[in-house]
Amino acid sequence: MLRDELGPYFGEFGGRFVPESLIAALDELDAAYNEAKNDPAFIAELTELHASYTGRPSLITEVPRFAEHAGGARIILKREDLNHTGSHKINNVLGQALLARRLGKTRLIAETGAGQHGVATATAAALFGMSCVVYMGEVDTERQALNVARMRLLGAEVIAVKTGSRTLKDAINDALRDWVANVDNTHYLLGTVAGPHPFPVMVRDFHKVIGDEAREQVLKLTGALPTAVVACVGGGSNAMGIFHAFLDDADVALYGYEAAGEGHLTERHAATLTRGRPGVLHGARSYMLQDEDGQTIESHSISAGLDYPGVGPEHSWLKDIGRAHYLPITDAEAMDALRLLSRTEGIIPAIESAHALAGALSLGKELGPDSVILVNLSGRGDKDMETAAEYFELLDAAESAAEKKS
Amino acid sequence: MSAVEDTIARANRERSGALIGYLPVGYPTIADSIEAAVALAENGVDVIELGLPYSDPVMDGPAIQRATQTALANGFRLQDGFAAVAEITSRVSAPVLLMSYWNPIMQFGVDRFADELAAAGGAGIITPDLVSDEASEWIAASERTGLDRVFLAAPSSSDARLVRAVEASTGFVYAVSTMGITGARSDVDSAAKTLVARLRNAGSTSACVGLGISTPDQVREVLSYADGAIVGSVFVSALASGGVSAVAETAASLSTGTLA
Repeated sequence: MLRDELGPYFGEFGGRFVPESLIAALDELDAAYNEAKNDPAFIAELTELHASYTGRPSLITEVPRFAEHAGGARIILKREDLNHTGSHKINNVLGQALLARRLGKTRLIAETGAGQHGVATATAAALFGMSCVVYMGEVDTERQALNVARMRLLGAEVIAVKTGSRTLKDAINDALRDWVANVDNTHYLLGTVAGPHPFPVMVRDFHKVIGDEAREQVLKLTGALPTAVVACVGGGSNAMGIFHAFLDDADVALYGYEAAGEGHLTERHAATLTRGRPGVLHGARSYMLQDEDGQTIESHSISAGLDYPGVGPEHSWLKDIGRAHYLPITDAEAMDALRLLSRTEGIIPAIESAHALAGALSLGKELGPDSVILVNLSGRGDKDMETAAEYFELLDAAESAAEKKS
Repeated sequence: MSAVEDTIARANRERSGALIGYLPVGYPTIADSIEAAVALAENGVDVIELGLPYSDPVMDGPAIQRATQTALANGFRLQDGFAAVAEITSRVSAPVLLMSYWNPIMQFGVDRFADELAAAGGAGIITPDLVSDEASEWIAASERTGLDRVFLAAPSSSDARLVRAVEASTGFVYAVSTMGITGARSDVDSAAKTLVARLRNAGSTSACVGLGISTPDQVREVLSYADGAIVGSVFVSALASGGVSAVAETAASLSTGTLA
């Protein structure tokens, strides 16, 4: 069963490529996680938190007016955007924060790209009374300023990372450096299915509730499994979360949509699985964007949450064994899909999730009107209003100038 | 016994231990980094550790990050590293180890990398983000070429892992003095002394301490229990502020810490 993979390797991908100083902490985390996942008390506490705090189960919503633009295929959204904090990220954060408390850690650190994972971590830290430091690339603190304010309001310290490309990959580097130095009292709450073992497996497991719920919900709504399940892929956490329940349903096609930025054939993209090759980044062997010498290449995407030159090892494996397909979506395609869903259904998606929507539009035309496509709507677009306003020129020039001055 | 292990053993017979000096290749330029490495050896450094610039150096603090980022921005390529090793080893007798994160080695090809390094006269590789558990390909390549493989040991390592690090390493075991990253510190952690004692129990006869060492007194203190002291960031800072002559002065000063 493909669903039974437990790491540390997925085929040739995964492992632990980290400084020796971190091995003890990873072993400790692995042991604690393996104990917790079989502990009824832990499971009950997490389930209760999801029911009373996150808002699980999240809805599914069929979107017929949007689907008219997708060759007539039925399109169903899994509404992770309705979760507390606005995205799927909270699923993993609450699980890891409970684990951190179990381990006696009092300080949470996290990396963030779009800010969604940082906001979710700051939220959990507030809820559990832990201190919290979020590392965020300086470029991202600028394009996601609202999320910086949210994290600070929640009591977290946000550190703008000024090294390297000043984006998500550098935020992860700094979080790892912090963790090496403070591992005694600190848990590194990694936000995606990447990194050294046990993170890829553990983060996937905390998100697999998305697919477990959606599989049942779609069965109930349509009487059958969907033709295809689609999600956006940066590091790949929301995609693994929704794919996992369907891995062994051979008739269900799985599609991950990567950020192609200005085009996957240009130099400005984040299409790791489409254009990268296997290497080691941030503690695991996986596909990554790199030059001939193995230096990481900076990625580009209008979506901060997908602007990452690596990807989780399980996705690399699913690509290589042919179980999932990974395709590029440009900034322009994603922004068009964002506007289309907003105008046809009254749902403003995150730019990240808009990549999955754009993928569904072209996939629907390919699969035809008899198909049912389940899309993971991983986050909502509130945080992206500034980017969207600028992209679509939504503010009057005068107002926009006045806002910039104030 | 490898050249590195032999050099460290001799330094322990003749003085209180070995001084190992780190500098990155290509900072501020390739030529200057070669001159600076030569200056290390000419001013009392026993073993040279040449760092290969890498885009995502998670074990490195700000001083070394800035230098390696500059080297990459200036167009550093891996081949420049082998050329630098060849030139340095042709001019000084101190053995030269490379310090490299794993991905560049993996992309170059582990066997090809080992062959080129051996051909350049290099002594081995220190691998900060490769633990012996993941190193089977490199262990085989180093056996084949006779290169040293230096793995890290940390205060947090279990006794079983220390045994593994000692067994897998040749030349020396790199004892990380503190739970942290590279950079000068006012105090070398007392954890270092405990770690070296634990490495001795694990069978190590060649244990060198690195991270945070920046003064002759710290070198002296570390060599009272370890076989070697590894110094990096202070050389990089000296090179940044005063050029090759400042590196020479710093090395000469630090090497007084190796005298009993």
